[in-house]
Amino acid sequence: MSQQQPNRLQAGGRIDRSRRLSFTFNGQTYQGHAGDTLASALLANGVDVVNRSFKYSRPRGIVAAGAEEPNGVVQLGSSEAAQVPNVRATQQALYDGLSARSTNGWPNVQRDLMGLVGKLGGQFMPPGFYYKTFMAPASMWMTYEKYIRKSAGLGRSPTEPDPDIYDHMNQHCDVLVIGAGPAGLAAALAAARSGARVIVADEQEEMGGSLLDSRELLDGMPADRWVAQVLEELAGLANVTLLPRTTANGYHDHHFVTLHERRTEHLADIAPLKDGRRQARARLHRVRALQVVLATGAHERPLVYANNDVPGNLLAGAVSTYIRRYGVVPGNKLVLSTSNDHAYRAALDWQDAGREVAAIVDARPNPTGDWIDAAKAKGIRIITGSAVIEAKGDKRVSAARVAKIDLDAFQVAGKVEELTCDTIASSGGYSPVIHLASHTGARPTWRDDILGFVPTLVKGVSAAGGAHGIYALADTLADGVEAGASAAAAIGHQVLSVELPEVAAIREGATCALYQVPHENPTLRAPKQFVDLQNDVTAAGIELATREGFESIEHVKRYTAMGFGTDQGKLGNINGMAIAARCLGRSIPEVGTTVFRPNYTPVTFGAIVGRHCRELFDPERYTALHQWHVENGAEFEDVGQWKRPWYYPHTVNGKVETMHEAVARECRAVRKSVGILDASTLGKIDIQGPDAREFLGRIYTNKWEKLAVGKARYGLMCKDDGMVTDDGVTTCLGDNHFLMTTTTGGAAAILEWLELWHQTEWPELEVYFTSVTDHWATMTITGPEARHLLSEITDIDLDRDGFKFMEWRQGKVAGVPARVFRISFTGELTYEINVQANYAMHVWKTLFQHGEKYDLTPYGTETMHVLRAEKGFIIVGQDTDGSVTPEDLGMQWCVGYDKPFSWIGKRALSRPDTKRSDRKQLVGLKPKDPKVVLEEGAQIVFDPKHPVPMPMVGHVTSSYYSPALDSGFALAVVKGGQHKMGETVYLPMADGKTHEAEIVSPIFYDPKGERQNV
Amino acid sequence: MFYIYCPYCGEHREEEEFHPKGQAHIVRPKEPESCSDEEWGDYLFFRDNPRGIHHELWVHAVGCRKFFNITRHTVTYEILETYKMGEQPSITAETYAPQSSESEAARVAKQAGVRA
Ligand SMILES: [Zn+2]
Repeated sequence: MSQQQPNRLQAGGRIDRSRRLSFTFNGQTYQGHAGDTLASALLANGVDVVNRSFKYSRPRGIVAAGAEEPNGVVQLGSSEAAQVPNVRATQQALYDGLSARSTNGWPNVQRDLMGLVGKLGGQFMPPGFYYKTFMAPASMWMTYEKYIRKSAGLGRSPTEPDPDIYDHMNQHCDVLVIGAGPAGLAAALAAARSGARVIVADEQEEMGGSLLDSRELLDGMPADRWVAQVLEELAGLANVTLLPRTTANGYHDHHFVTLHERRTEHLADIAPLKDGRRQARARLHRVRALQVVLATGAHERPLVYANNDVPGNLLAGAVSTYIRRYGVVPGNKLVLSTSNDHAYRAALDWQDAGREVAAIVDARPNPTGDWIDAAKAKGIRIITGSAVIEAKGDKRVSAARVAKIDLDAFQVAGKVEELTCDTIASSGGYSPVIHLASHTGARPTWRDDILGFVPTLVKGVSAAGGAHGIYALADTLADGVEAGASAAAAIGHQVLSVELPEVAAIREGATCALYQVPHENPTLRAPKQFVDLQNDVTAAGIELATREGFESIEHVKRYTAMGFGTDQGKLGNINGMAIAARCLGRSIPEVGTTVFRPNYTPVTFGAIVGRHCRELFDPERYTALHQWHVENGAEFEDVGQWKRPWYYPHTVNGKVETMHEAVARECRAVRKSVGILDASTLGKIDIQGPDAREFLGRIYTNKWEKLAVGKARYGLMCKDDGMVTDDGVTTCLGDNHFLMTTTTGGAAAILEWLELWHQTEWPELEVYFTSVTDHWATMTITGPEARHLLSEITDIDLDRDGFKFMEWRQGKVAGVPARVFRISFTGELTYEINVQANYAMHVWKTLFQHGEKYDLTPYGTETMHVLRAEKGFIIVGQDTDGSVTPEDLGMQWCVGYDKPFSWIGKRALSRPDTKRSDRKQLVGLKPKDPKVVLEEGAQIVFDPKHPVPMPMVGHVTSSYYSPALDSGFALAVVKGGQHKMGETVYLPMADGKTHEAEIVSPIFYDPKGERQNV
Repeated sequence: MFYIYCPYCGEHREEEEFHPKGQAHIVRPKEPESCSDEEWGDYLFFRDNPRGIHHELWVHAVGCRKFFNITRHTVTYEILETYKMGEQPSITAETYAPQSSESEAARVAKQAGVRA
């Protein structure tokens, strides 16, 4: 076993040595144990190089043990469909069969085929590379980008569909505790015992945080024993939900926190079946919390020294974690470089693991404290007032160069001693994990006493423990209880006392402020000192940025790309700010604060999307006749969420009609005999109340006071800026009762529009609005034979002069109650039959039983468009665009200028701009070549010989081929067009051709309107 | 995503159920025809954009369909109150006093020159 896993200890750690797991990394097979992360297993196997760096292609190894890991970012997945990019090896539990590859590994992490770029790197990609090189010429970006992405790599998405399912869950709780280390567990205990509903989320495989690798005792017992006790109690409480493997990724408005729970990613790369069913791979919990406790701990800061990126350079705390939690000692001989006491435990753990500590190098001249005494007692050499100034080695550390340093003068102050070692652990202190608090928009505050930013907290949020700079274990536990109790009390829960375990106080000295370590050479000439390992940002790069005049940290970050990686600079941001501050001669808070945005760690799209994909992506709305359309071969068009029949292609002699052929046939049928359209999607609003008529008069441009019961009228609606917003026919059903129709897409918005005016401006009007769109099915039969057809199946008297155009009648159609409207959107004799939606199929089929002899032809939206455009009937939203007045449309006939109430839109029509004579006005366009169908959206010019850019005077809004005219025709808006009838305009096309067209009336067919009255 | 108390339903509901409708308390002139073009233009197009206290009109679009008003802080996004149509806000930029526990950002609202 030790043969295969040279760095695995014989005993200790929280792994299960009886369960061996096999996995592959870059194609090679390794062994690990249950309880390992991918990172701990790689370290156990002595895998030093896990990636090549982004810019310089330098070999990189594991640095950290948690979310802050910048190098161990891998591509996971044993099959194409299971590919996941950007997985942190430090957070990925090992399972049997796990397959991972280096993200930045092309062509091979071990062989440096990018060496040329790497060696030239300083010149090839200096800081500001993106600014300086890629800004111009723009065309070269494509060349650079392709190679940089391929060689540096940022992971890749799978090319096959994801077989997994993901869930969203909406959760509510009294207290949400984020983080289950000592502070979080104490807070959870205090809140839970009060009876508050508590959710505890923790991103790791096991809850316990730093207690899982602590050297300290609680009540004389190992710390993990206390963790087990607390978790057992919490698990037994009905008011507590424990969510391990769950990252709080985003803190949004009003305590809306998104939790990403990975439910199966520790088992396999595709969720295994459970009881024969597919399990949800991840859940996105959408949590509304009344109170939130941030117990997110702190991240250790590495020191910035020369070649600090060579594999074998680790965080001191990570060394302890690997040894104590995973039974892995990631090297043989250690040098520890520190600015604080706490890091000493890495050396103690290292020596306890039976391996050699070359020295502890402490930047402070006279460190004192219990940890220092313990190290001395173990006989470890302590070099004070000094630091590791440079690491030696290529693919693994071979030595540490150590020297006395003068912190104030920022220089090396003595001889350099070279210590042979293969591992350098460093610690520059701790940065509270303030990301989530930062998401709320609150800027953090710098505290000199802890050398870190602490979060500024909005109402309802508290921080506990390391998250706001409280690090000693006893203090952290007490702080957690206080936070949990206060949170519960704030929402009225009775808090019971929580007895804390006894923890021996540890004497610790002050940490010194050390970020970048001075080198014998000035920063710009020293070997690279890395600040952001993931984006290859160096101290020299930051110094250059400040020399070039970038003074705000936000600008320095953009110039150097510091913190722009998938790790968001968790390790490097504070060091980078400290370096910028030093170069600028300012303090860290003067340089700026650090801003983090969601998400804390990368989240798969699957979890974000949840079940809102495929057929559940957006609801589809079907009319009551949908099944008939499907059975009769309709092609469908999406209109909002509705599926509307677009056209019904026939198969003639084994050949399926094109859309052009089908539409021409449908058009001819309507003009010659009779066609039928499913118009059920038209918005229908039932309006009732004694003031309904007055309301209509205010909201429509035209008059309604005289519309008698039994009559219908076309109405135009404007916004108060005078621009057309909707149109439709409204019918008077009774004295106080109207039925308004709206455009299909506008139905919901118009209902809201009516409510807006009623509720905010005219609450004194007694009127009620009800959407009845889905209650009624609408079947439009139109064409010269419409009356003959309908008369066969209705008891309504259809006499031409008894039931006139723009009237409606109630009666029976096909034996069911119906409202029949004589209105026309085609210019032909038309009856719109409305029946209760669940009768629609019966009526529709009855019409077809009787319709064969009239060649009754179903038609779709495309034919509807052609027929209405031939008549110059507009479609709001197609022929108008929010900048068109009724007058621009030539619809003065539909404007009640002398209505007593100043209706919505009226005043705006007398503004100077709406009175301009050169406004774009609706006209018809007849192409000079009848075979041409102009492009919708094509721009119109008066003078095609005008030099480019030509003044554009309008555009085509609707354009079709008309079977009736056997010619293309179009509706368009043209500047001053209503006074330019007969003039020629030009439409220059992208292919260099220019079409000619004549401005004509928009009514192309039956201009006198006789056909609807046959 | 906001968590909004509908004063008609008497419940907090998710923002997904509501539509924002812009600045509250914009009253349509009673006699539009006697407005100058400038007065009409002000009514149509000009809105406040304060850093701080803002009164907004919202509608519980997929709930009770009622319009109501919100007093919201545009920096912290805190909703300080919701109130029915026809009612006046109890908190305004002039009367708003952020509690000491609130962030720096909230206090900005009280600084001179913040309101447009
Ligand atoms: Zn409501």
